[in-house]
Amino acid sequence: MNEPRRSPLYLERASYRRRRLIDAQRLLPIFLFLLYLVPLLWGGAESDEPVGGGVRGYVHVFSVWIGAIVAAGLIARALTRDETPDRDDARGKPADPARRDVSDGGKS
Amino acid sequence: MLSFNLLVLACLSYAVFLFAVAFWAEKRAERGQLGWLRSSAIYTLSLSIYCTAWTFYGAVGYAARSGLEFATIYMGPTMVMIGWWWILRKLVRIGRTQRITSVADLISSRYGKSTTLGVLVTVLAVVGTTPYIALQLQSVALSFAVFGVANPGGLVVPDLNNTALWVAAGLALFAILFGTRNLDANERHHGVVTAIALEAVVKFLGLVGVGIFVVWGIGDGVGDMLTRIDASPVSKVNINGTRFITLTILSGAAFLTLPRMFQVLVVENAEERHLFTAGWAFPLYLFGMSLFVIPIAVVGLDVLPATSNPDMFVLTLPLKYDQQGLATLSFLGGFSSATSMVIVAAIALSTMVSNHIVMPIWLSFRKDGATMSGDVRSVVLLSRRLSIAGVLALGYFYFRLSGGSEALAAIGMISFTGIAQVLPAMLGGIFWRGATRTGAIAGLLVGFTVWAYTMFLPSFGDAAGFTETLLAHGPFGARLLRPQALFGVMGVDPVVHAVVWSLALNTGAFLLGSLVSFPRPVERLQGAQFVNVFDHSGSTRSWTHGTAEAEDLLVMAQRIIGALEAQKLFQAEAEAQGKQGYLPDATPQFLERLERELAGSVGAATAHAMLGQIAGGIVVSVEDLMAVADETAQMLEHSSQLEQQSEELARTARKLREANDKLTELSIQKDAFLSQISHELRTPMTSIRAFSEILRDGGQSSEPMDSESLTRFSGIIHDEARRLTRLLDDLLDLSVLENGQVSLNWSRTNLHDVIKRALEATAQGLEGRDLLIERNALSEHIAIETDTDRLAQVFINLIANVRKYCANEVPTLRITVRRLLNDHIQIDFSDNGIGIPEHKQSVIFEKFSRLSDNAKAGGAGLGLAICREIVTNLGGRISYLPGQGGAAFRIDLPRVHHKGR
Repeated sequence: MNEPRRSPLYLERASYRRRRLIDAQRLLPIFLFLLYLVPLLWGGAESDEPVGGGVRGYVHVFSVWIGAIVAAGLIARALTRDETPDRDDARGKPADPARRDVSDGGKS
Repeated sequence: MLSFNLLVLACLSYAVFLFAVAFWAEKRAERGQLGWLRSSAIYTLSLSIYCTAWTFYGAVGYAARSGLEFATIYMGPTMVMIGWWWILRKLVRIGRTQRITSVADLISSRYGKSTTLGVLVTVLAVVGTTPYIALQLQSVALSFAVFGVANPGGLVVPDLNNTALWVAAGLALFAILFGTRNLDANERHHGVVTAIALEAVVKFLGLVGVGIFVVWGIGDGVGDMLTRIDASPVSKVNINGTRFITLTILSGAAFLTLPRMFQVLVVENAEERHLFTAGWAFPLYLFGMSLFVIPIAVVGLDVLPATSNPDMFVLTLPLKYDQQGLATLSFLGGFSSATSMVIVAAIALSTMVSNHIVMPIWLSFRKDGATMSGDVRSVVLLSRRLSIAGVLALGYFYFRLSGGSEALAAIGMISFTGIAQVLPAMLGGIFWRGATRTGAIAGLLVGFTVWAYTMFLPSFGDAAGFTETLLAHGPFGARLLRPQALFGVMGVDPVVHAVVWSLALNTGAFLLGSLVSFPRPVERLQGAQFVNVFDHSGSTRSWTHGTAEAEDLLVMAQRIIGALEAQKLFQAEAEAQGKQGYLPDATPQFLERLERELAGSVGAATAHAMLGQIAGGIVVSVEDLMAVADETAQMLEHSSQLEQQSEELARTARKLREANDKLTELSIQKDAFLSQISHELRTPMTSIRAFSEILRDGGQSSEPMDSESLTRFSGIIHDEARRLTRLLDDLLDLSVLENGQVSLNWSRTNLHDVIKRALEATAQGLEGRDLLIERNALSEHIAIETDTDRLAQVFINLIANVRKYCANEVPTLRITVRRLLNDHIQIDFSDNGIGIPEHKQSVIFEKFSRLSDNAKAGGAGLGLAICREIVTNLGGRISYLPGQGGAAFRIDLPRVHHKGR
């Protein structure tokens, strides 16, 4: 079903940017997950802190959290701004290359 | 101290307010003025039913016991939402194109519209959600009790069980009122969604309010709070790494699979692009809900007596400092979080139960299937209402039986793990075409069993037979099978143990089952449509050319989605095919589309089965599939222009064919009419001539005629001449109307009076038998601008036709009047006779057309033609309405006359 139809090898600047934004968005949870697990490495038997670093861990987790939300908000804003002018005709054309990339993330 | 009675009053008025808001939103939606009601803000807020009373009260208790670990429950969904909403986007798109009504429907529809899977997921969801509903009831009851204990002098003595019962009953009422107004899943529950969005705001304000009070009211700002946290036992807890990671992933999984989340995420989603906003706004909401949890827990442990329940800190802290307003707000917040979860969960579960358990059973009892008499719609709605009541009753009984365990967090975790068992089948289904029904069934069964054995049943302890001995030594001494140390895995936290084992074995069984089995054709078809939902929406189809009669289909569709919607759908389809009237050809495409529409009401499996009973052709072979795929590939090669042209051609051809049929029929009728009209003209002529001869001869003969015969003969001549005139009048009238030269006498009148006048005019004297009239006089009082005499003429004609032709023992005429949104009026005249055969339906409005060849009724076949011309001149249209159990005519008139028509 996925024959290489109509999808160009090199993209214009705008669509290129858009694809990288989408990449960033997909990677975001992975970064968030890794950063959020950092406190598990803090404290423990040898130190005077509990595992997780006590109050330090609390501040860390919530800072990472709000940071990720801000990043997601910025990416979403950039994506919607790109999308708004051609939203209506893009909906009718699932084959639009830039558009397709957002949509069928799982298998491309 | 706040009076307990006052609290009850506040709570009741809040509930009344919610009802009012929901009602208002429904009314607005009915008038089509949705506006901001379908904005992304409302969507995001409605997602907040993820935060139940478990969050509102339980998170603080959780934090007091295990420190930072509570955040895992909100971090999982955050990760899903901020980066991976393309999973959701795909779900939403599938939900839209396939008319998915619930998680169970998604799974069942993906794996070949399987009833077994539907039932499995439904059972899993009910078992997994019941404890959660019990939890909400418990938390509301507990929060009432907190106020009751704080204020023993109140008139009402709070009784936990009674409170829970009242709350459950109130919620059932709300869910039934606003959750079962319509059947179609794609018509959204605007009332419910608006109400839960409002509740989302209240609970956010409640928790954040208490948080701000704790940090800046009791404490001394952020710095002081950090010092307090550092000194508190809360930050001395060691975080368990495996548990931390497992719970994060588990909550992310549950976020996708919880029935209530699926309901708001997918089913109630109005537009895909709302996901853009929700992608960051919902995590922000979760962040806000979690931020103050640790400060509240820390301060609560610090200042409240050691015996107080940490789950109730959100209430007891403001109460201790005598902040009555804040305590009430916080109480309402908790009440909101509990009620919104229960309402949506009840609606979601009732949809599943009625579509996947009640309907299949009901269908199998009715062997004659979907064409039987009786209203399926009311059966479905009734079963949904009963299911809502049933689900809440189950929750209440669970609450009574479990006796209200103290820690809220444990129950929530059990529920999450149970429902997360759907995840492998769900993700596999939408991303992997190789996933099969066998695999999904195997995975779900294994996951469900392991979950029940390692987590769910042990939570009941001795009552379910899971005694200390069994936990320590395994069943029959089989140490490998110890519920919390399966296959010798020891020293792991029980939750992690259960989650990892159940999901791992579940996924394993799912993959293995899918790899070794071979999917049925319908599965392959659905699989391709689900996985490639963005590539082609609905180009393959599962119906080969069936033998379905369009009229049978209409009868069935009317019973499920309601008469008006069904007629609209059929009419639109007929128009798209280039046909007139209400009956399109039963092409495979149309069957496919109809099935989807029905699936939106009763679920994919049931809709498929019902349609299969009528259409036959339910069996699709692999060869058919390949043929369809070939066809698709060829179609792709054509340019879209060619495709359009061929479509255009097909439409024209269909139109031509129809026109040709009509012409042939008309020509035959015209011939018949010519001989008929000559006959009609000749018969009176002959008698006039004969009798006038007698009169003439009588005048000349020797014995003059007696006066009696004279009167009689000239009377006959007069009558015959009148008959002739009437016939010629009709013909003249018709030609005037057709040429548009008629001058209409526009005036304002009440439609009721016109109908009344027509009924009176036809009541006596005419041929035919007495009629039973069914009408709703109230709905007829509509002011209308029209030509009263002409309109009455149309009505008289239709009523007279019923009197003449209705073949029933007790002829009954039903008149229904409806005012449409576009300021038109719809008037239906339907009788209970044998109706009009399909091939005649297209010509009855033509001149000279008559149903039967014999002239028994004495008309020349001009009545309906005149009716049509009059109605057209009045700016409306008249059409035959099939599938009403008899002949039925529908008149569609503009209410107000527009000049220059």
